[in-house]
Amino acid sequence: MQAAAVSGLPGSGIAWLDDTRRDALRAFAAHGLPDTRNELWKYTALRALQQRAYAPRDAGAASRPVADDLLRLDGCEGPRAVFVNGAFRADLSRLDDLPGGIVLQPLSEVLRHQPEPLRFLLAARAGDEDGLTLLNRALAADGVIVRVADGVRASNPLHVVYVGTSAGSAVAWHLRDLMELGEGASLAVIEHHVGDDTSGHFANLARTITLHARARLDWTIVQRASQDATLLRRTDCVLHEDAELDFHALELGGKLARHELRVDLAGDRARFASRGAFVLGGRQHSDTEVLVTHRARDTVSDSLWRGVAGDRARGVVHGRILVQPGADGSDGCFYNKNLLLSPTAEIDTRPALEIYADEVKANHGATVGQLDDNVLFYLRSRGIPLDTARRMLVRAFCAVTLDGIQPAGLREFCETLLAEQLPEAEA
Amino acid sequence: MLKIENLHVRIAGREILKGLSLEAKPGEVHAIMGPNGAGKSTLGNVIAGRSGYEVTKGSVTFDGDDLLAMEPEARAAAGVFLAFQYPVEIPGVNNTYFLRAALNAQRKARGDTELDSMQFLKLVRERVKEMGMTPELLNRAVNEGFSGGEKKRNEVFQMAVLEPRLAILDETDSGLDIDALKQVAEGVNRLRSPERGFLVITHYQRLLDYIVPDFVHVLADGRIVESGDAKLARELEAHGYAWVRDRTPTEAHA
Repeated sequence: MQAAAVSGLPGSGIAWLDDTRRDALRAFAAHGLPDTRNELWKYTALRALQQRAYAPRDAGAASRPVADDLLRLDGCEGPRAVFVNGAFRADLSRLDDLPGGIVLQPLSEVLRHQPEPLRFLLAARAGDEDGLTLLNRALAADGVIVRVADGVRASNPLHVVYVGTSAGSAVAWHLRDLMELGEGASLAVIEHHVGDDTSGHFANLARTITLHARARLDWTIVQRASQDATLLRRTDCVLHEDAELDFHALELGGKLARHELRVDLAGDRARFASRGAFVLGGRQHSDTEVLVTHRARDTVSDSLWRGVAGDRARGVVHGRILVQPGADGSDGCFYNKNLLLSPTAEIDTRPALEIYADEVKANHGATVGQLDDNVLFYLRSRGIPLDTARRMLVRAFCAVTLDGIQPAGLREFCETLLAEQLPEAEA
Repeated sequence: MLKIENLHVRIAGREILKGLSLEAKPGEVHAIMGPNGAGKSTLGNVIAGRSGYEVTKGSVTFDGDDLLAMEPEARAAAGVFLAFQYPVEIPGVNNTYFLRAALNAQRKARGDTELDSMQFLKLVRERVKEMGMTPELLNRAVNEGFSGGEKKRNEVFQMAVLEPRLAILDETDSGLDIDALKQVAEGVNRLRSPERGFLVITHYQRLLDYIVPDFVHVLADGRIVESGDAKLARELEAHGYAWVRDRTPTEAHA
């Protein structure tokens, strides 16, 4: 059945592509999905995923109606690329007014017409592929391929929307994205996950981001996938000399949502900053892995995350800073604070430092606590109902991670989402 | 307005209030004095609804309603305000935003229309001027990085905005120098009105030189052992609390 899935993919019949897909599928059969013996999956088990049956694609993805309200995001009125149940939708996208020097193509089209230029990406075997990246290499049928030419500075943010909508049954899809910014180029990308169904789709995203010298990417994720969705993402970023990646994430949705963000600071003075928050309720599970490698001199990484879990939710945060030999003068930090809103919620946080260079500044810290009863009483004694008081404090707790989000309209929208997300009060 | 009858309260199994009775009418200022550990702060906290206190006997009513059955936010909406002995810092929550949320929550609970931001800002600006608050404190997070005096003044400022019918000041004078004490007292005096009652909880008579009470009650060992007018406070200052205990042993244990 899986071989059949491969043969029906866009680009099928092209020898090297067929080879790489079959090769990846065989490797996956040998590997299986990552399990909790894998250090990066220690707190996230995929047993439930293995036990479910997924349709290999949504045959109706090209024509599923999607309400415009679902796609709209405050502050994102510019170009937009929309994927519905894993398939690119030209009719919902807005790509006509892309500025010169920016090329955006859906992977499905590239595969059908001229896959050769992406051979380096699709046929590459990374040394540390896990079961999901193998599955992605075997089955990726679509994705967003963005290239920005040297020196081009895009003024409007690019809005990429991944929609999960009802297809009658649960569907699995595998998307392969590429973003490459040329020397001195700059781009803002707003990645938006939304869902309006309860069928529990499974999305497996693999992305490569390459920032050439002096390029700058402002990348914001607003994740509000359906509460039944499984959303597994891995992103590999390479930053060359003086490149900058400014990353924000607000993770609210999904039953199981994971993002493994690997940042390779490969060029001197490359800089990476991340600010992120997750707010979980019910039985949601969220896993954030931020794995930074300082490989060159005077590179900087600076991460600040906040986690909130109520009810029976579980949050996982793993921030690792690895400073390689020769990356002298590097400066890295990872801070994570968490709030538990119920006695049955759990958050596991692990900051880790590995340093093999000289004159390095590195800091990390992590805490898990609860809302302060004293503060709650203070707010209530002023007339603020308990539920509102809790929302206020959670919003305040996470606000620091939203501060730098641009444009302002998007930041305000994120603040509203945060206030709405808070799980109902519990004893 | 406020009626406390034979109130018995325990904290962690230990009895702190042992049969306290007190009645306060609109327009009256009642000072509650007493040595450390007498149960003064317990009284304020029980009226405002802080958790961790177990009422084992007696009642507290406000306009005839059972205050003890109400959530803290409902008590606030009914008109009860507690100025904290130790106001808490709330990083990330803007002072103005917090106050507007509080005022509108109270108004909503009472069935009044909520104030929009223009109406609210107008009100706040007036109160800032009246209270001699530093306007920039409004744009900071609630009490964050405030000095001791600024925190206490902020409590009185909140009171001025929320306009409670019963204001409880829990050792509002503690930790204040004489200038700050005067400013806080002036703020309180400005809020005195025929419709508003006050419970002024204090260890020292000093505050009562500036906020002159109508009644003074001495709280010792969980009960009111002596009541009088403002003169009682000065006698206490002269003789110390031991004087009350020595003078009224039988009443105290009646």
